[in-house]
Amino acid sequence: MAQASYPADLLYHSEHDWARIEGDEATFGITWYAQDALGEVVYFDVPKVGATVSRGEAYAEVESVKAVSDVYAPLSGEIVTVNDGLADQPEVINEDPYGNGWLVKVKLSDPAEKDALMDAAAYEASLT
Amino acid sequence: MRSTPLHDRHVAAGARMMPFAGFEMPVQYRGIREEHTAVRRSVGAFDVSHMGEVETRGPDAQRFLQRMLSNDVRHIPEGGAQYSVMCREDGGVLDDLFTYRLAENHFLTVTNAANHERDFTWLHDHAGDFDVDVLDRADRYAMVAVQGPQARKLVQRLTDGALPPRMHCCERTVAGETMLVCGTGYTGEDGVELLLDPDAAESVWDAVVQAGAEPAGLGARDTLRLEVCFHLYGNDLSEERGPIEAGLGWCCKEETAFIGAQAIAQARNSPPTERLVPFVIEGAGIARPGNPVVGGGEVTSGTFSPCLRRGIGMAYVSVQASEPGTAIEIDVRGTTRQATVERKPLYRKGS
Repeated sequence: MAQASYPADLLYHSEHDWARIEGDEATFGITWYAQDALGEVVYFDVPKVGATVSRGEAYAEVESVKAVSDVYAPLSGEIVTVNDGLADQPEVINEDPYGNGWLVKVKLSDPAEKDALMDAAAYEASLT
Repeated sequence: MRSTPLHDRHVAAGARMMPFAGFEMPVQYRGIREEHTAVRRSVGAFDVSHMGEVETRGPDAQRFLQRMLSNDVRHIPEGGAQYSVMCREDGGVLDDLFTYRLAENHFLTVTNAANHERDFTWLHDHAGDFDVDVLDRADRYAMVAVQGPQARKLVQRLTDGALPPRMHCCERTVAGETMLVCGTGYTGEDGVELLLDPDAAESVWDAVVQAGAEPAGLGARDTLRLEVCFHLYGNDLSEERGPIEAGLGWCCKEETAFIGAQAIAQARNSPPTERLVPFVIEGAGIARPGNPVVGGGEVTSGTFSPCLRRGIGMAYVSVQASEPGTAIEIDVRGTTRQATVERKPLYRKGS
């Protein structure tokens, strides 16, 4: 997508990651700002189902033509689903960062961690 | 931070700007892949005004450059171009450069931006025994590279006379401005490089872009050059490495007695333990500069190839591992990636 957008139904981490929380599970992805700063994504090293992620720690890498960047977990838990399609079509992360460009789904180990995340307005304000 | 005469054009076009060799330069406009593809399929325009120029003129100009540059300067005809390296006594590479012969005793040498001051000082400090003027001309030239299969056709329409053939140069009027047109480039495609008055840069850039050239940034310039295995100084070449191990023995003519010739002759006779080779990553992953080669060696350039759609690069590897077809392993931030040593170039036209 060409224009910056930060959906109101998501929560945001300062390392430019988003979480969509549904019950005790959450979907993670990178924000419009992150994919724009990175440029065209050419490789996403899809993590393994079952891997443990910790809030604020890197759990995957995403690469553009020019650079590699860590992807940080906004919340802690265990990866239960990965977006396999990104292995062949990593550019979807640029095209649809909040939809088909999602990265992993995580079973949360501490749902209360979400209180430390930002809402869309706070995240957007943090970018300026 | 310095900027080129085309800075405002880049910003107006929405380019992403980044510091490079002391200049604020455009990395990309619409996207590296799009710009890369435009150059491979059609035509792109690059602002490379950050590059430096040194003018050498006088009765001893040829004799002086023969001493300073690795290639045989006598073989550059008037209106000709030649690639060479400039070395220290011990053979360490100070820079790689194109030199254009404008007249019998008059040369223009294009330097890498990051090396320009050092190059000029080195040249100037060695000129004492020669009847020659060595002049820093970096501020007198803007440089625009127009590259791609349609590049010549595009520039020809804006030019008052025939364009120079490959590896030649001549003065022409392009888009109303007199300049040096050179049949050289850094993309593996046909095209020209325009060396022109900085005050004329904007109008010439506008004319070239209006005629259909896609503005392309340093990002695409890097992926294009790496697909055809052109060296980048600071990555693949350095003072710590000699031209033989870098695979540049072909542009070193030791019989011309240039500075470093003795060391290079010695390296040719008792080859160094490592050699620079191109490689392709098998499967997923992208190696980056600094990644170690398992068993010895180091990646000096690494990126994603838009044409091959895989990780590619160049690495110094042990001589035993340098044969094309050799399987090597690269430690990419803790993950071992399989790669294969290939022949140059990694990308061939039409492939």
